[in-house]
Amino acid sequence: MARTILPFGPQHPVLPEPIHLKLVVEDEIVKEALPAIGYVHRGLEKLVDLKDINQMVYVVERICGICSCMHALAYCQGIEEMMNVEVPPRAKFLRVIWAELHRIHSHLLWLGLLADAFGFESLFMQCWRVREKIMDLQEATAGNRVIVSVNVVGGVRRDINKDMEKYILDTLKEVEQEVNQLKSTILNDYTVKKRTVGIGVLTKEQVYQLGGAGPMLRASGVVQDMRMTGYAAYGDLDFEPVVETAGDCYARTVVRFREIFQSIDLIRQAFSKMPDGEINVKVKGFPTGEVVSRVEQPRGELLYYIRANGTKNLERLRVRTPTFANIAPLVAMLPGIELADVPVVVLTIDPCISCTER
Amino acid sequence: MFKMTKNILRNLFTKKATRLFPYEKREPFKGARGELDIKIEDCIFCGLCQRSCPSNCIKVDRPNKKWEVNQFSCILCGVCTEVCPKKCLFMKEHYKTPVYTKNIKEHQQEVKPAASAEGQA
Repeated sequence: MARTILPFGPQHPVLPEPIHLKLVVEDEIVKEALPAIGYVHRGLEKLVDLKDINQMVYVVERICGICSCMHALAYCQGIEEMMNVEVPPRAKFLRVIWAELHRIHSHLLWLGLLADAFGFESLFMQCWRVREKIMDLQEATAGNRVIVSVNVVGGVRRDINKDMEKYILDTLKEVEQEVNQLKSTILNDYTVKKRTVGIGVLTKEQVYQLGGAGPMLRASGVVQDMRMTGYAAYGDLDFEPVVETAGDCYARTVVRFREIFQSIDLIRQAFSKMPDGEINVKVKGFPTGEVVSRVEQPRGELLYYIRANGTKNLERLRVRTPTFANIAPLVAMLPGIELADVPVVVLTIDPCISCTER
Repeated sequence: MFKMTKNILRNLFTKKATRLFPYEKREPFKGARGELDIKIEDCIFCGLCQRSCPSNCIKVDRPNKKWEVNQFSCILCGVCTEVCPKKCLFMKEHYKTPVYTKNIKEHQQEVKPAASAEGQA
């Protein structure tokens, strides 16, 4: 059978964002995949020339809609490290709470999108209905639904009072119950298993050598989670990275599903250990030097390289996002699978193309 | 295969999870950032909001006592409301409504009668 090249994307029904894959197919079997990115490059890193260090917080938040809080967190932590600013302990816990709320809503969104990718529309609706409660929590605590804008250099902008704490914990209890109701469908349903088990398998060595990140690594049995480095208040919280060993699409689903419960648990721990006190410190002056700052996004490790020269604008900002790291494993996964499984496999890396291209 | 049947049946008999948005609005949460507005009579035209705005949507015209905002560039971060020394900038909790034309919202401060009298004297 002659080889044919089929374009997947940049406009494709399963992906809201543009990524282009040239799929070399023989009959229905993919033999090779050639990725092409660059459709949503916006040049946000270059904006450091125009915006000062405090305005840049709002720019980096807009790199990604789903994990905006972590982008700002990584950026602020980098600047704070250069300027030797000690963030008040309460602010660190508040950062953890918002970051984990973000992780829950990102994973629920992804579970819905996965269901949508193989046509399970009612499961998609269920996941997104649960997610809406988390969005409400974000609006109630931070003021905006998606781009919460809570992190600033030196701390956080808003505090969470006792009433709000109770509201968050009550809602999380409901969310936990509702996600538990979805458990048997997501993890044991015939349709879901048929489309995910044994598809897109990556072994531990393969994914490690290809430089995968986040749930991709953890689904193949690599114990790697940036939160273990103990940034913000994660050092004071007790958690174990969620690890599966199968390395297929199903394992990645299970990892993300279990991480929802892990995040709920982390928020509860954070509330129980959160001290009273200040939520931010005044930061004066501008940083000098260079720094690498890393945090764990819902999709994996996020890296910020920042170089500053003591003026109000930074000299250089470089962002490496987890989806960029996961494109190499994706291209390795695709050969040998059927064309109909490509959308599901592409989705299991949780692609965020706006992040990747900035 | 019938894992979701219970869920589906329950959904049939409970109320809708969605609402018909423009007709039926949810009350906004306290402290939500919906739309930027100004109490123009308190403004001292210091220009701090213009300088701190990440999207350059605010223009302060000190000589003519004019303050304008481009609501379509505004990213609703609320930084201006925090830096404002007179606290005359504030965020409305309701979301912006759709408009037919993109116009820049101008606010002109009325000349205070006492100040003008002083100026003449």
